[in-house]
Amino acid sequence: MRRRCLFLASRAAKERLLLARTSPAAKALSSAAVSTEHQTYDTLPPPAPSESTSSQAPSSATFAGGVELPLTSSLHIVKAESQPRWPVYRVIDTDGALVPGAMEPELSTELAMHMVTCMVRLRVMDHIFYNAQRQGRISFYMTSTGEEATQICSAAALSGGDTVFGQYREPGVLMWRGFSLQNFADQLFSNTDDLGRGRQMPVHYGSSKLNFQTISSPLATQIPQAVGAAYALKQQKLAQVVACYFGDGAASEGDFHAAMNFAATLECPVLFICRNNGYAISTPVEDQYRGDGIVSRAPGYGMAAIRVDGNDALAVFAATQEARRLALAENRPVLLELMTYRVGHHSTSDDWSRYRMTEEVKDWQSHNDPLRRLLAYLHAKGLCDADMEQAMRDTERLAVMAALEAAEKKGPPPLQSMFEDVYRDMPQHLLEQRAEMLAHVAKYPDKYPQGRGH
Amino acid sequence: MPDCHESYIVNSQSCRPDLLTILNSAAGLNHSLLLSLTANLCRFTAINSAMRVALQTDPTATVFGEDVAFGGVFRCSVGLKEEFGASRVFNTPLSEQGIAGFAIGYAAMGGTAIAEMQFADYIFPAMDQLVNEAAKYRYRSGNEFNCGGLTIRAPCGAVGHGGHYHSQSPEAYFAHTPGLKVVMPRDAREAKGLLLASIRDPDPVIFLEPKALYRTSVEDVPDGDYEVPLGVAQVLRAGADVTVVGWGAQLRVLAEGCDMARARDGISCELIDLRTVLPWDAATVAASVRKTGRLVVSHEAPRTCGFAAEVAADLQERCFLHLQAPVARVCGYDTPFPLVFERHYAPDALKVYEAIKKAVNY
Repeated sequence: MRRRCLFLASRAAKERLLLARTSPAAKALSSAAVSTEHQTYDTLPPPAPSESTSSQAPSSATFAGGVELPLTSSLHIVKAESQPRWPVYRVIDTDGALVPGAMEPELSTELAMHMVTCMVRLRVMDHIFYNAQRQGRISFYMTSTGEEATQICSAAALSGGDTVFGQYREPGVLMWRGFSLQNFADQLFSNTDDLGRGRQMPVHYGSSKLNFQTISSPLATQIPQAVGAAYALKQQKLAQVVACYFGDGAASEGDFHAAMNFAATLECPVLFICRNNGYAISTPVEDQYRGDGIVSRAPGYGMAAIRVDGNDALAVFAATQEARRLALAENRPVLLELMTYRVGHHSTSDDWSRYRMTEEVKDWQSHNDPLRRLLAYLHAKGLCDADMEQAMRDTERLAVMAALEAAEKKGPPPLQSMFEDVYRDMPQHLLEQRAEMLAHVAKYPDKYPQGRGH
Repeated sequence: MPDCHESYIVNSQSCRPDLLTILNSAAGLNHSLLLSLTANLCRFTAINSAMRVALQTDPTATVFGEDVAFGGVFRCSVGLKEEFGASRVFNTPLSEQGIAGFAIGYAAMGGTAIAEMQFADYIFPAMDQLVNEAAKYRYRSGNEFNCGGLTIRAPCGAVGHGGHYHSQSPEAYFAHTPGLKVVMPRDAREAKGLLLASIRDPDPVIFLEPKALYRTSVEDVPDGDYEVPLGVAQVLRAGADVTVVGWGAQLRVLAEGCDMARARDGISCELIDLRTVLPWDAATVAASVRKTGRLVVSHEAPRTCGFAAEVAADLQERCFLHLQAPVARVCGYDTPFPLVFERHYAPDALKVYEAIKKAVNY
């Protein structure tokens, strides 16, 4: 009875305090209190100092599942904003200079130059294909501008045998693995050489040879799939991981939650690589979540995690390399949140000027560009100069144009292939429907694009 | 009775010995072989036996879902974890979309994934993974990748007191999805053969198990490794006056309806089990309808856009000149599955009998 009275008394005191805090004068006080708390608590409040009546009370107890948890008599609700923010791992600054105290990852000249070449190639490719869409030559496109490092430098830290599941803004990963400009162009033009046989929208790439699972439009569906794939790798005792890419918006899908939880409980060697670029189409992150980004969710799932400057090529490379090592060594998932900025439109069907300020975009372009940062770093090392950079751009421009023109000239896949691959073997009803369609098109050859056959 | 989940025992009177004999003899299996191989069902279940064979014959095969490690809420995976290890038979967190996504990824790496949804009623959170992902995986990648090693098992159908969320038959939702195969066995022996065929099929399969059969179907099931082919319907009994088509547990109801029609009115029914709902065996049904001139299709699921609608529409196109009566559908009503009115809701033998009589007397 006495304890109950104490409890009520202490709750009444808290309520009085809450009331007091609602007055404007008290607000300053309370925010001061919060900031003090911020410094005091590292994570959660420590158990309250025991009162005289409970001096013999245990400091912890066992709960369901045999979990031993600390006890506290302090009625303290933890607010997310009182938790420390996750720091961003950075190796080079926005001018490409080594951050004091940072350790440079082991990166051979050859690898560094391949990285920068790939980033230039991706940027040039985006520029040309974006304009090709504007001219109506392809139906759709999505650029990676500003996010080249998140793709290329994480891919550089993986092994070629590692399996990749992507969202759609990861062509740099494929490019790093050797997907040719012709491969890209053929997919964009849905021609007969498209590995996907012309069935999906542009930028939905995939290649079994390069262990890059084919992209699909539904967001986040690939995340639990990546976990299942990683489980398969673990079972086969292959020293490989799965790398799964997604954006900050996709992380709001239920499949993200399912995947994190499955990966942790089933102990899968998978890297979850989140590209946090600030926007999901027009939705800024403050409408997407209220926690400390995506990385702060990892501990809730019992998962290892790191937040990285996504525009810092070296940081992305080093973090991915270390995460991969950890995932393999301990058969556990690691979440990487790569902080970046989507400089381009969401897609060719979007106009960013309707929901964000030009200054904001310009600022990122001019002050925090992943390619410029890496180039500056290589400059300082004497590995690259402005002439080399220009030569790279010129070479890539010619190569992209050549691939585009070649892709445009190739015809579409054969018409009957529309019915193939629904199942491994074509069932009777599809055989019938195919015959029906071909007969119909043969009857009206002038009314259909492939009426004259291919 | 064997080790049963007591709350899911249905009226065993619907499981009459003479009917079982008919269904068994129609199964088309070699009986001398059966005699040497059979073990009485329900030691565990036919499903358990099929999964055991799959795990024995395929080192990549895994069994997972909610509560499968201890044997499953319907005891379908009893003993498998002990026999094959916790890395191959394991619990997942409680998330159907996670189970389906995980299974697709495992299959996409070439593995055989046998995933369980605890009830077909709870498969809907996985709908996106199954319809947008599993079904289209091969097609959209130009056959660069596939998830053909995937089988999703889900207990379905009426059980006597399952209410809204322990009674549904969702086959028609999936039958509308190119790329999936949808299978529903009528009894234990069929269940084992069809499940093994589904697990080994190169395409993703939704395998719906009428849960009413888990405990009532007491015929012998071969112990060994056998398959019942997918996409092939089976004529369970030949008849001259009317073709009666169904799948899953409804076959027992249909057989009873046919018995009534013969006993009371001398009507000769040709009874067909579709077995595979997608892709379905239209040719076998059409051949029957050309002979009988009448068709009754029946399922537990609601009538509107139920799979009977597809069968009826397709058969009237194929057999228009042979039809002597409108195609009849005997289905669940277009309501959620009710609790207290289940016996009124069910497309039972009497309703089937009435439809048969009406078709013949049209």
